[in-house]
Amino acid sequence: MAYLDHAATTPMFPEAITAMNQLLELPGNPSSQHASGRLARRHVEQARETVATFFGAQPAEVVFTAGGTEANNIALKGIAWSERKNDASKRRVVISAVEHHAILDPAQWLEDFDDFDVTYIEVDAQGRVTPQALARALGNDPSDVAVVSVMLANNEVGTINDIESLTAVTREHNIRFHTDAVQAPSWLEVDFARLGVCAMSISGHKVGGPHGVGALIISRDCVVEPLIHGGGQERDVRSGTLDTPAIVALAAALDVVSRDRTDQVKRVGLLRDELVDKVRSAIPNVRLNGDSENRLANNAHFTFPGCLGDSLLMLLDAQGVECSVGSACNAGVPQPSHVLLAMGANSDDARSTLRFSLGYSTEQSDIDALVQALPLAVERATRAGMPRGGS
Amino acid sequence: MKVLAALSGGVDSAVAAARAVEAGHDVTAVHLALSRNPASYRSGARGCCTIEDSNDAFRAADMIGAPFYVWDLSAEFQEKVVEDFISEYSAGRTPNPCLRCNESIKFEAVLDRAMALGFDAVCTGHYARLKHSDKGVELHRAVDPLKDQSYVLGVMTAEQISHAMFPLGDSTKVEVRAEADRRGILVAQKPDSHDICFIPDGDTAGWLSRQIETKPGDVIDAQTGNKVGTHKGAQAFTVGQRRGLALGNPTGDGERRYVVDVDVSANTVMIGPPTLLDIDVIEAVKPRWAGPLPMQNMAIEVQVRAHGESLPARVTYESDAVVITLDDKLRGVASGQAAVMYDGTRVIGSATISRSRRSS
Repeated sequence: MAYLDHAATTPMFPEAITAMNQLLELPGNPSSQHASGRLARRHVEQARETVATFFGAQPAEVVFTAGGTEANNIALKGIAWSERKNDASKRRVVISAVEHHAILDPAQWLEDFDDFDVTYIEVDAQGRVTPQALARALGNDPSDVAVVSVMLANNEVGTINDIESLTAVTREHNIRFHTDAVQAPSWLEVDFARLGVCAMSISGHKVGGPHGVGALIISRDCVVEPLIHGGGQERDVRSGTLDTPAIVALAAALDVVSRDRTDQVKRVGLLRDELVDKVRSAIPNVRLNGDSENRLANNAHFTFPGCLGDSLLMLLDAQGVECSVGSACNAGVPQPSHVLLAMGANSDDARSTLRFSLGYSTEQSDIDALVQALPLAVERATRAGMPRGGS
Repeated sequence: MKVLAALSGGVDSAVAAARAVEAGHDVTAVHLALSRNPASYRSGARGCCTIEDSNDAFRAADMIGAPFYVWDLSAEFQEKVVEDFISEYSAGRTPNPCLRCNESIKFEAVLDRAMALGFDAVCTGHYARLKHSDKGVELHRAVDPLKDQSYVLGVMTAEQISHAMFPLGDSTKVEVRAEADRRGILVAQKPDSHDICFIPDGDTAGWLSRQIETKPGDVIDAQTGNKVGTHKGAQAFTVGQRRGLALGNPTGDGERRYVVDVDVSANTVMIGPPTLLDIDVIEAVKPRWAGPLPMQNMAIEVQVRAHGESLPARVTYESDAVVITLDDKLRGVASGQAAVMYDGTRVIGSATISRSRRSS
């Protein structure tokens, strides 16, 4: 089996599994006052220090969550609410048009169920947000903007945003800036302080840690209204008993990333380049989407004109090659990619995509398997053509 | 064979797919998403394509060891089935959307795509039998007369039939439920779906009134030509219908009255005694033949509604017109419905009823 869907989830590192297993055997709620509680708390705080160090943040700035989606929800809604509490005129949320649904949907919710308006920042043909586009979205009078959220690296096409150049724009207006960094840590050095953001979301299972754990890194001066109430365990921002084994495993995974990232970026980047070259020579009309330079080292995202991504995925799956159409599903029904649409693709092209995402465990044989299975899959999917879309 | 099994999330299609696996075929399961905005939960026996149905289909596919995918056919369904349903009603005809779905979605859009992707056949949970011989594949009624669905498959062409697989045709529904139970398929006791899937509350007239601009018109006594009442819109009426006329006490003689004709352009509904509904000649268009063409004036049986009887008749036809002459008079035949012709249990073909009349 060739697993080429590491951007969806990547296998846990053995080091993370070992760390998690050890903690699963320990009793102790880190909020308890006795020795077992203190021991559990020690593990959590050590993990917090590891996470903080990894991201160039301070331990007090790390809030553990139950994953990236939760971190994004807390950041977007929590900052929007807190800003509005201080200044009732702050009723606008500004996000890029290519955000993950974990940002798009909370933003939409703030518009539908609260009294915020959402402004979408246009992206260029590579899927990148430029400082000019951000400035245009902020408009002449950005005083009503509660929060801006722009992802560090796009989950579909892998385009990396220059967040520092964007926070330079918001800083002039003293606007809060959040970044969804879920896809980035395995492939980029991510320095919270240097990015200049006030909040940043992280997910465990994208970096070789477990599912169901993540973190929101929040600068000390950024007040966030909580979404989840009941004990205030994490800085009064996030309630709920801390998942000690998962938190420790997340930290263990980041230790592996720290140790191996430089080598893996080089190794996986070469495999990815080979994948792109071979797919291009096997399928001459294929188009690589995203930025050829500023993209995650593990990402290859293509449009196969005239082929439904769905059809290709199914045919490759039958050959043991696992990938993704790259866009979100609605009730299991793939939708045309909003990312591709925002980058200027037409509706057919936005449904003709496949994302291959590599990981630390990807080998040459995975690339070979793909290159072998792809031509027949493309031939058949081309014959099946493009049924009419659902939207 | 490489078989694509369409799984609705119900018991029939799950058992059909399981039997295909057991017969040694390489089975891939797909759930057809036909609605643009699926509801989360199924309600009663109505509706389909909810997220719950999709999950049930996934679990069934998983149990029988078939990889599972969801295919989005909502645009095709909207255009070929829902809009066709509306436009047929707008024209005063009474369409059968299940038939249309089999014709243009399951055995056209899905089958075409399956063939292109390298599959040999499409498998569904319909109750009908296929008989293979050197002359080709014949479509026959199922052994369970209560579940026989050959009528809604009557629109299939010989080519489509040759790529279909109906593993349930030899079984009764009771047997299929018992088998689902034995196989551990969780939906074994799920109620049968019926009615029109895209009208979840079952109120077809109410649904149509929201889709079609209707205005009140006259209800006219077909025998006297007198206006006897008003209706909310002629499109919602079907020849043979009795309920919903809201005329109060029908006639002096207490005889029940029925819709005997609907004229959409004049927006009138004609009513009359049941004898006016008696016809014995059915004119139909758009024939689809399930195999070799029948002989002219051949003695056949014809079925004109989904759960109707099989009636002895003779058929003559041209390239786009069929005339079916019934041996005995039949009451209330609505245009727009399909006339499916049988030779014994074998489906000869079907045509869409355009007009019915009395021969004398």
